[in-house]
Amino acid sequence: MTETISLETATRPGLRRVAIDPLTRVEGHGKVTLLLDEDGRVQQARLHIVEFRGFEKFIQGRPYWEVPVMVQRLCGICPVSHHLAASKALDQVVGVDQLTPTAEKVRRLMHYGQILQSHALHFFYLASPDLLFGFDSDAARRNIVGIAAAHPELARRGVLLRKFGQEVIRVTAGKRIHGTGSVPGGVNRSVSRAERDALLADAGRAIEWSREAIHLVRRLFEQNLPLYREFASFPAHTLNLVRDDGAMDLYHGGLRACRADGEPIFDHVDHATYWEQVFEEVKPWSYMKFPYLRALGPEEGWYRVGPLTRVTRCDFMPSPLAELERRDFMAFDDGSAARSTLGFHWARMVEMLHAAEVIAGLLEDDDLSGNDLLLRGERRGRGVGVIEAPRGTLIHHYRVDEQDMVTRANLIVSTTHNNEAMNRAIREVARRELDGRELTEGLLNHVEVAIRCFDPCLSCATHALGQMPLALELLDAEGRLVDRLARD
Amino acid sequence: MHAPVLVLAVGNPSRGDDALGPMLAERLERAALPGVEVIVDFQLQVEHSLELEQRRLVVFVDAAVNGAAPFELRSVRPLRDASHTTHALSPAAVLETYARVTGNEPPAALALAVRGSSFGLGEELSAEARHSLESAWQELLRVVTTGEGSGRGRSAS
Repeated sequence: MTETISLETATRPGLRRVAIDPLTRVEGHGKVTLLLDEDGRVQQARLHIVEFRGFEKFIQGRPYWEVPVMVQRLCGICPVSHHLAASKALDQVVGVDQLTPTAEKVRRLMHYGQILQSHALHFFYLASPDLLFGFDSDAARRNIVGIAAAHPELARRGVLLRKFGQEVIRVTAGKRIHGTGSVPGGVNRSVSRAERDALLADAGRAIEWSREAIHLVRRLFEQNLPLYREFASFPAHTLNLVRDDGAMDLYHGGLRACRADGEPIFDHVDHATYWEQVFEEVKPWSYMKFPYLRALGPEEGWYRVGPLTRVTRCDFMPSPLAELERRDFMAFDDGSAARSTLGFHWARMVEMLHAAEVIAGLLEDDDLSGNDLLLRGERRGRGVGVIEAPRGTLIHHYRVDEQDMVTRANLIVSTTHNNEAMNRAIREVARRELDGRELTEGLLNHVEVAIRCFDPCLSCATHALGQMPLALELLDAEGRLVDRLARD
Repeated sequence: MHAPVLVLAVGNPSRGDDALGPMLAERLERAALPGVEVIVDFQLQVEHSLELEQRRLVVFVDAAVNGAAPFELRSVRPLRDASHTTHALSPAAVLETYARVTGNEPPAALALAVRGSSFGLGEELSAEARHSLESAWQELLRVVTTGEGSGRGRSAS
């Protein structure tokens, strides 16, 4: 259900704005609205993800030392990313700019464990059914257990890679969920030799399976090249973190923004001043914010984050096998895979290999078992933490008063960065697939496949039984509901 | 050796009535019943299928946005599930994944679906959910100690 507001926008004459009704807010599912122009063509697509409200209010008024633990409850899908981004921001509040080697390496291990388990879930269980069964196959088949039925070995690897990543998280965070391992100024535990050896026993397998997953995606591109080149694809500006030497670094670095053709907009910008480069716009039809690059303005400055951006916009990957695979990805079909939205899946697997290599390397490092865990410096009133979470750049920004209470919090999550990019991907699909004024299962399938490339958190953090994943609505130029299609 | 009875409770403690699952799990952990293991997570995922090995009974506990109040106790059978965009599995899909990945029959399974009404971030438990919690707790205790469903609610999901 939607209600229309009879307010035409100055920049979008002929269109009407749409508000989300309270029932939708409670249910926590994703909804896509397609807006037609007066000629019946898809003018805009809007993905509504209603769970991203209230983050800042949830944090404000709490003592800062509680924040790294409580922010894990913002998202049941990537709690570790919030745990670490908050910790990085609060390192600055306790006056620490550089952690001890042990603390930094324990945190890095935790982070790459999260990357690996998240990417494994996405590829082996969420994306591979789309890719292996085809976009138009029955939704009941394109699902988690469907892949297990048709490709049992693939399903087994997905489960075991998830388990490996979760075990890395448990060892570093103390617990698999609600972890307490990372604290402002460092960590509160190191990793014992025995724990490292236990994880090392499975690290080689994680590397091998990651390589094979990359090669599987490559074969899928080869078999369906025209479709894979074009599907939901569009030029996009990008934003990501890179290390000082331009290498991929998912834990820490400077901000790099590029135009769609790869031309730099800015590079190695101090993440603590992100707000000088990235502005946020609010729109009346969405609870999500719309970040944009200040240099390009609100209309043109939207951008894309995540694996496809990171792999294509770093200078190199500092792990040998992943770097070889990155080069192959970039060169494939004159770079078409690196420009395509389905290239997200390939890039994600290259990152999974990188994560597996980084984990294996860290586990051999004796610094992980050190005792020098925590630092303290001169107390400051503000901190910014930026991390490359599995889905893209994640920003936590806090102000803390003299009584140690958080007075202001600003979070920009990966799915919010990709807000407009996802809308563009959906619009591309809808323009090709929408035939007339009727929504079809085929269109819904294709919209789902396009959204899933970005791996957004559609139902962030709450998963009560009986929720609906996605609904599709078609509105005419007057804002009237033309058709609606939902999938349980 | 795994405990013969596994309780898999899911939910987010900071999202209003979504806390029902973790709160019931916390009570059960405090009760420390022999032969009963409790696992709590934000949501069910594929790796939870590996926790089903060597179990006699699995009880999934979660808040529910629909269904009978104060709770429903359903038997769960392996089932292909279409909710693949949510990053979360249904109890039936966890059983199906176990069967496919291990090649074994999954253990007997029940789902205790506790009715909630409000799931906002930072919200307290609603009055309805507080009532549901007490009723569901008695039922959960009975189920894990006897290993039997009561027949209340639907018989399958």
